[in-house]
Amino acid sequence: MSEDSPGLAHHFDSYEQQKDSATLGMWTFLVTEILFFGGLFAAYGLYRTSYPAAFRAGSHELDITLGCFNTVVLIASSLTMALAVRGGQTGRGKLASVLLVLTMVLGTVFLVVKGFEYHDKFVHHHIPGPSFHFEGPESNHVQMFFVLYFAMTGLHALHMIIGILLVGYVAKRAWSGAYTPQNYNFLEGTGLYWHFVDLVWIFLFPLLYLIGRH
Amino acid sequence: MSVSSHVQPLKTYFGIFGALMILTALTVGAAFINLGPANNFVALAIAVLKSTLVILYFMHVKGNTKLVPVIILSGVFFLFILFLLLAADYGTRGWLGVPGR
Amino acid sequence: MTTTPSTLPDGGPRTHYLNAAYGLKSWLLTRDHKRIALLYLVSVSVFFALGGFMAVLIRMELATPEGDFFQPDIYNRLFTMHGVLMIFFFLIPGIPAVLGNFLIPLMIGAKDLAFPRINLFSWYLYSIGGALTLWALLHGGVDTGWTFYTPLSTNYVSTSVLTVGVGIFIAGFSSILTGLNFVVTIHRMRAPGMTWFRLPLFVWGHYATSIIQILGTPVVAITILLIAAERVFHVGVFDPKIGGDPVLFQHLFWFYSHPAVYIMILPAMGVISELVATFSRKPIFGYKFVAFASIGIAVLGFLVWGHHMFVAGQSIYAGVIFSVLSMLVAVPSAIKVFNWTATLYKGSISWDTPMLYALGFIGLFTIGGLTGVMLATLGIDAHVHDTYFIIAHFHYIMVGGAIMGYLGGLHYWWPKITGRMYPVFWSKLSALVVFVGFNVTFFPQFILGYLGMPRRYHSYPPEFQVLNVMSSAGATVLGLGYLMPLIYFTWSMRYGPKAPANPWGATGLEWQTTSPPPVLNFETPPVVTTAPYTYPVAANAPEVRSV
Repeated sequence: MSEDSPGLAHHFDSYEQQKDSATLGMWTFLVTEILFFGGLFAAYGLYRTSYPAAFRAGSHELDITLGCFNTVVLIASSLTMALAVRGGQTGRGKLASVLLVLTMVLGTVFLVVKGFEYHDKFVHHHIPGPSFHFEGPESNHVQMFFVLYFAMTGLHALHMIIGILLVGYVAKRAWSGAYTPQNYNFLEGTGLYWHFVDLVWIFLFPLLYLIGRH
Repeated sequence: MSVSSHVQPLKTYFGIFGALMILTALTVGAAFINLGPANNFVALAIAVLKSTLVILYFMHVKGNTKLVPVIILSGVFFLFILFLLLAADYGTRGWLGVPGR
Repeated sequence: MTTTPSTLPDGGPRTHYLNAAYGLKSWLLTRDHKRIALLYLVSVSVFFALGGFMAVLIRMELATPEGDFFQPDIYNRLFTMHGVLMIFFFLIPGIPAVLGNFLIPLMIGAKDLAFPRINLFSWYLYSIGGALTLWALLHGGVDTGWTFYTPLSTNYVSTSVLTVGVGIFIAGFSSILTGLNFVVTIHRMRAPGMTWFRLPLFVWGHYATSIIQILGTPVVAITILLIAAERVFHVGVFDPKIGGDPVLFQHLFWFYSHPAVYIMILPAMGVISELVATFSRKPIFGYKFVAFASIGIAVLGFLVWGHHMFVAGQSIYAGVIFSVLSMLVAVPSAIKVFNWTATLYKGSISWDTPMLYALGFIGLFTIGGLTGVMLATLGIDAHVHDTYFIIAHFHYIMVGGAIMGYLGGLHYWWPKITGRMYPVFWSKLSALVVFVGFNVTFFPQFILGYLGMPRRYHSYPPEFQVLNVMSSAGATVLGLGYLMPLIYFTWSMRYGPKAPANPWGATGLEWQTTSPPPVLNFETPPVVTTAPYTYPVAANAPEVRSV
């Protein structure tokens, strides 16, 4: 790290090269995430085509109001995140920090609501496993729906938890003025990650909550 | 591609947020109308549209280097290959009329 | 080309990456890609030795038709752990994490990889994954085969599937991060003038490899996670009791694990391209074809996974599609082999050790590849599926291909890595012994498989004994062949003669810096003005006539 260019790592020639590398690296990582969730979506696609009626029945057990509410919360958190990155881009670290904390709050709200939904499934014995119980035909295949529901939303929630911790770290750094318009790469990368988690939910919501509602 | 890549105006962010809200309402609304098999198509089309908006504006792919869209699309393309060849198996099971084939 | 003296004009020793700092901490916390490559070299060698030891035990058991040494369940664990260690902890990280890590920044004229910290982190992930797997090994190991097929792995066996699964998951992360680092480095860190078509083919090979690591590994990661979840919760997506399809597991598993074979072979092909050009003193024939063939293999590799499932309950129509697509992979592979051959043609060939390994690679890979086309044929595969024919085929690719390439590359770049030369006689002998030992080990297995000897059994009908004894004897020779480099490489680090900057008279950028390279790779930042492999026509070379 040379003295006349703070925040430029020794092996880069310029801030441009450093920023382009960071952006490219983060996007490449997100592509691996697409494929990671993709494996689950493949399983979902197969079983939903195989057992359409059971998936309809399972989907009807989910609370569409809570699902909607969470979608709005998550998109709002994406907005605050995007504004926080803009704050870093324009050198307003304190503003960015406040917006990041807001993002964390919204993320936590999402998780709490998700927790209530999980609890509801527990009460109704809709947790897959020996205690699973569903009144109606094809209860086995409905169980498959819930296996996928928990796998997909669970993995998504895990990403949210990692994201909230990451955003908290970045908020602290932003408050102490660690990010400059030349180098706010870590903030930008965290933002990309957060938006990606939002993207996954944008697909999960219709695929899990909105099957055959008419 | 320069470091101080142009800062998007605030109204872009709020506009995109508004559009995402409207699309969310649309997707819920459409789910309650019986469109037959088109229901799935509409739901997925809206989801793709929403994610495109997020990717282009919130994630700053618009105005960034051309390489980023190439990387994203290659990821989507290989996921599509996975789906396609899975469908090639599961879609043709049972055509032969021999159990297990 | 000027040779840089190993001492400075004032008599003090030159500072390079090896003597810039000393002590354990300077290694374990290093961010220098060259030192991380050496960390990987040590760790993959440990896993290679362990995997090899299990192969020795397997061949020992198979020397006689009866099960004399091991109970069947122990034998199952042996071949499973042999596969797991060799594939996930030696072959997949092998060439990229050791040679690629060391050489890519040097070859493109960069100071380091784009993300040095992530590079170190990925070594730690690899080590943690490896340690977990070894821990599981000491606690009973796994006996499902390295493929972890459901429902065997989820419902029936009681061995350490969970621990090994988590170990592989973590090591997979390491593989993803290595690929990510390479892609960003190759895109963003090239020296001025280093255009895409001036990249050495080694770099192209690693670029293609990284594509597979990035796109394939996450799918196997989620698949392993689903297996783990199914073992913990006793219900999951592959569970037939709730309508799950175990064949789906095979689809998701092979979506990664077939391209993973190309993670092993593509970097080796990159090595061979360098060796063939250097030791024939000619530019590679059809550079662009070889470069794009690497990308072609990486992309086509994702379209063929179903050929592992011809008899697994997959639809026959999907089988036909996968069969045709599999044969297509032979096209870019053949392009490479033909172009290497054309490069050799009328080249000024020198028979140095790396070249011996390279020539061995070309022959063995051709056999492995052609038997691959046979196996892509539905009818033949139904006959020899799960026999030793398969074993022989993929060992020709993985051992005869990937390991020959790895050893050839190590012998080629060893002077650059350590600044020392190794003994010529012993190294040439090792190349010969490995080649002979390999063929004696695995060629009989083609015949055994064709005659119908199934894989994964610890005993067999007595009429197969002659060929099995032959195979076991060959394995002993092969083992000796692998021991030799271990000994003389270790010896050379201390006693080997000092290597000049460019002992082979090669043209790559990595040979223009000193041996071993300085900490930041080049004393002055390089500027590239020519295509790769611009060898001057040697005085004693036969005159090249235009055809």
